[in-house]
Amino acid sequence: MRIHEYQAKELLRGFGVTVLRGKLATSPAEAEEAASELATPICAIKAQIHAGGRGKAGGVKLARSPDEARDHAEAMLGRVLVTAQTGPAGQQVRKLYVEEGCRIERELYVGMTVDRENGRVTVMASTEGGVEIEEVARLHPAKILRAVIDPLTGLQANQARALAFGLGLHGELVGRFVKLAAALYRAYAATDASLVEVNPLVVTADGELVALDAKLELDDNALHRHPDLAALRDPDEEQARELEAKEHDLSYVALDGDIACMVNGAGLAMGTMDMIQLAGGRPANFLDVGGGATEAKVAAAFKILLADPGVRAVLVNIFGGIMKCDVIAKGIVAAAQQVGLSIPLVVRLEGTNVELGKSLLAQSDLEIIPADDLADAARKAVAAAREPARAA
Amino acid sequence: MSIFVDRNTKVLVQGITGAAGSFHAEQMLGYGTRVVGGVTPGRGGTRFEQRVPIFDTVADAVRETGANASVVFVPPPFAADAIMEAAGAGVPLIAAITEGIPVLDMVTVKRFLQDRPGVRLLGPNCPGVITPGQCKIGIMPGHIHRPGPIGIVSRSGTLTYEAVKQLTDLGLGQSTAVGIGGDPVNGTDFVDCLSRFEADPETEAIVLIGEIGGSGEEWAARYISKNVTKPVVGFIAGRSAPPGRRMGHAGAVISGSSGTAEAKIAALREAGVVVSESPAGIGEAVRHVLARRKTRSTKRVAAPQTSRRARSSVAGRRAARAEQNPPNL
Repeated sequence: MRIHEYQAKELLRGFGVTVLRGKLATSPAEAEEAASELATPICAIKAQIHAGGRGKAGGVKLARSPDEARDHAEAMLGRVLVTAQTGPAGQQVRKLYVEEGCRIERELYVGMTVDRENGRVTVMASTEGGVEIEEVARLHPAKILRAVIDPLTGLQANQARALAFGLGLHGELVGRFVKLAAALYRAYAATDASLVEVNPLVVTADGELVALDAKLELDDNALHRHPDLAALRDPDEEQARELEAKEHDLSYVALDGDIACMVNGAGLAMGTMDMIQLAGGRPANFLDVGGGATEAKVAAAFKILLADPGVRAVLVNIFGGIMKCDVIAKGIVAAAQQVGLSIPLVVRLEGTNVELGKSLLAQSDLEIIPADDLADAARKAVAAAREPARAA
Repeated sequence: MSIFVDRNTKVLVQGITGAAGSFHAEQMLGYGTRVVGGVTPGRGGTRFEQRVPIFDTVADAVRETGANASVVFVPPPFAADAIMEAAGAGVPLIAAITEGIPVLDMVTVKRFLQDRPGVRLLGPNCPGVITPGQCKIGIMPGHIHRPGPIGIVSRSGTLTYEAVKQLTDLGLGQSTAVGIGGDPVNGTDFVDCLSRFEADPETEAIVLIGEIGGSGEEWAARYISKNVTKPVVGFIAGRSAPPGRRMGHAGAVISGSSGTAEAKIAALREAGVVVSESPAGIGEAVRHVLARRKTRSTKRVAAPQTSRRARSSVAGRRAARAEQNPPNL
């Protein structure tokens, strides 16, 4: 789960990371008030959206007076920000973070995530702050310093010191970096994070180490033990159908194609999307209904698929192992009865209770295009999506 | 022969009284797996279905039954502890079916297992492992499998079933099918399974099913080019997945430019693996490589000099084989 910069900074402050003073604003008046309360010669107005690349896209502005803060806020709030990470649709700005300015001497990078190669949390640090770390990894891989953390000991001070020296820090800054790195790891472990990133981490003119930006991503699988963190979820940042799917405990990702798919199993769901693409079509979503789905859950999933206005055909691909084909059939029929079905439906059923499932679909008055196997199903779905829309 | 499990494997079911555990314990018994005990803390001394004894701890169960494998159906918040309990009791093979274990819990488990080299973990978030006709540990539908010469290793459950069914329909049985799971931090990896299939005399060809995210398939490719002489057929799911979005499995996410299907497919092809473009073509691809292998071994008898040169290095042989790959398999 992603959270906003202002939320990440508040959490990190609690673990001992130095961040600048700031206030959240949702209106131009609040932005003006925040700027006058901060009372610094300069402040930054930062759009709070769940995507990076804000600076280049005009999502961060500097203001030299409360009036200017108000003007910037007026221009930014409600605007759709398109950054390198939002996708072409962009993300609407609903919240701003008004933060005091500081004098920047150097910009560094520090981040932590689990390295899948060794199965351990790994710290990455670089002198190339303010640049995407992916970009640094591609152009100057040698400029990324690493420390692998043993979960038994946590981050050792000597490891953090080695990073500090590697970053070219001297004197008191070395100790400050060691404290910061320790605080970041404490935050990582205590929040069950999947990513902590401070980019840039700045050395200020008065010799402080400050987290100028902060990104914290949380492990969805661990949210059950952090109800306080789960409450930080911002529904405005999530796609409506994805949010709805989450409420039904469905694994759904909206894509921009026109063939909706309902599949059991994540791998088969991806494989089905791939098949659609191979057959010349574009998948509208990823959806794994899971192994133990009930009829009600299948119906909810089917309704979510049909709620996508761009969808021109639906492909159901089930390899029933634990999932029983008759349960799928009942769910589809129930959902279609409730919301109506005006687009072609291609169904491929295989495995447990397949005959029962097929006969349930045949007995319903739904117009179904049956498919024999995965390849056949994809071909038929692509052909169906290309046909002119049926009259309702 | 087979890898990891056979008819002598004696299995414990951790979480045998839960909904998933009890359902699958019954399925495993029905398949003929030697389920010798169950573990549910607080239910020790009772029996599952009047026949399988239930214990409070894994250690008790191992002592009483001589179990040498365990399958974990314990819910996610407690699953890491269940895995470590089995490892601590010295169970040499642990299949963790549970999906949704926090990643940092698995980081701890992996560290714990490092001090226990005799313990192998499969998963978590995997269907388990099956040696058809002998032993099924996990949740895969048993009836689609047949004993035979194809070894399968996969990060995805349902895609494995898809591949198994295609193979069985073509008359190609399986030596063992292993799920390594869809989580970012797991136990046994592709390389462990490849080395075992390579050493297994009854495995003639290997199917490797990967997906986006991580670099496991790239390491597998490197290993194959140096160490695997048997033909390998691959499939990578997620060519159509966008970057930055988690596709169901916690580990199936392209981060930045790493973990893409294209990079994995290229690495595998470079290593001589026949990569099927479509998940529907896995079975056919296996039949194709087996047929070609037979032709080649016949030719080798006829023209020993050519084949000796061709066999000078595993990589060279694979490159030659890759050149013969028909397009769009």
